[in-house]
Amino acid sequence: MVKLIGALLASALAAGCACGPVSPAFFAVLPAPDGHIGTIVVERGFQHRVIHTAYGSERLGEDGALQGGEVTQAEVQARFGTTLQALPAPPATFTLYFLEDSDELTPESKAELDRIFAEIKRRPLPDIVVIGHTDTVGTNEYNDRRSLARAERMREMLVELGIPPERVQARGRGERELLVPTDDEVREPRNRRVEINVR
Amino acid sequence: MRNTWMTVAFAAAAAIPAFGSDVGTVKVSNGSVAIERAGARVAAPVGTELRTSDVIVTGADGSAGITFSDNSLVSVGPDSRFAIDKYAFDTTTYAGEFQGTLSKGRLAAVSGKMVKQSPESMKIRTPSAIMGVRGTEFVVQVDEPAPARP
Repeated sequence: MVKLIGALLASALAAGCACGPVSPAFFAVLPAPDGHIGTIVVERGFQHRVIHTAYGSERLGEDGALQGGEVTQAEVQARFGTTLQALPAPPATFTLYFLEDSDELTPESKAELDRIFAEIKRRPLPDIVVIGHTDTVGTNEYNDRRSLARAERMREMLVELGIPPERVQARGRGERELLVPTDDEVREPRNRRVEINVR
Repeated sequence: MRNTWMTVAFAAAAAIPAFGSDVGTVKVSNGSVAIERAGARVAAPVGTELRTSDVIVTGADGSAGITFSDNSLVSVGPDSRFAIDKYAFDTTTYAGEFQGTLSKGRLAAVSGKMVKQSPESMKIRTPSAIMGVRGTEFVVQVDEPAPARP
């Protein structure tokens, strides 16, 4: 508890101290690639500003005052171009489907594999977790084994395509995580799948 | 019996998800990029695992991108200094806390699962202000303070 109060005091001092020189700062909200516009809150001492518009900004001046405004996309590029370019690719999930009772992909999924692989190859250091799933036909034990076999098969394919083996993990979830909820012993092609999670 | 002990060990590890363990990975590293850890400075190429209290330092030609375990993405531009003051993320509940300090330079970030779960669990400090993140994508720049006037 004492520690917590200490931390609060320290942060209050850092934010509110009117002595010492002020390091000017600039904050802006950018629209996400999906169009979503987020919100940030900027605080200095008793000043409290909320930015919730695309390209909305706050500038902290040398006098310690916050000033709201807007920037253009071109200004953001000029100032933050190099920085934004260094943002890692966002994590992505791909789903591929399997033939019944098999660890062989459906023809449609086979065709899609190249596109997914190209997407993974764009990342210099991918961390990949492949999770296999089954439909509800068969015993739990059988489906646990089948789902892991699907994930392992997928892992082999990724490694054959050139992904370093140590970057890919394979796991099976059996019939525990159905994409389409069904009763037991129901054939459902959409549940026979692997998810490829890439970071 | 051995299994029981294993379970206990795993449970304990899960309860303190980010203390002393890796919290993020350097995914992009251009030009001069280093981390300061426990008083030493080492180069931080792609693949470097980061821990709480690491400081990422870039040179005039440097920039770096980090993916954190909650999928937060942070990049640091040239001539920058960014400290990971605190990072904790529970992969089951998505609860967590992320505090970083940009003491100089530029930063861009896309918030992750943690902020989606509890807004403002991510905070970025600058020498003279604090920013709480409710989502999603944002940029921050910190300039040197003006020289003190006599």
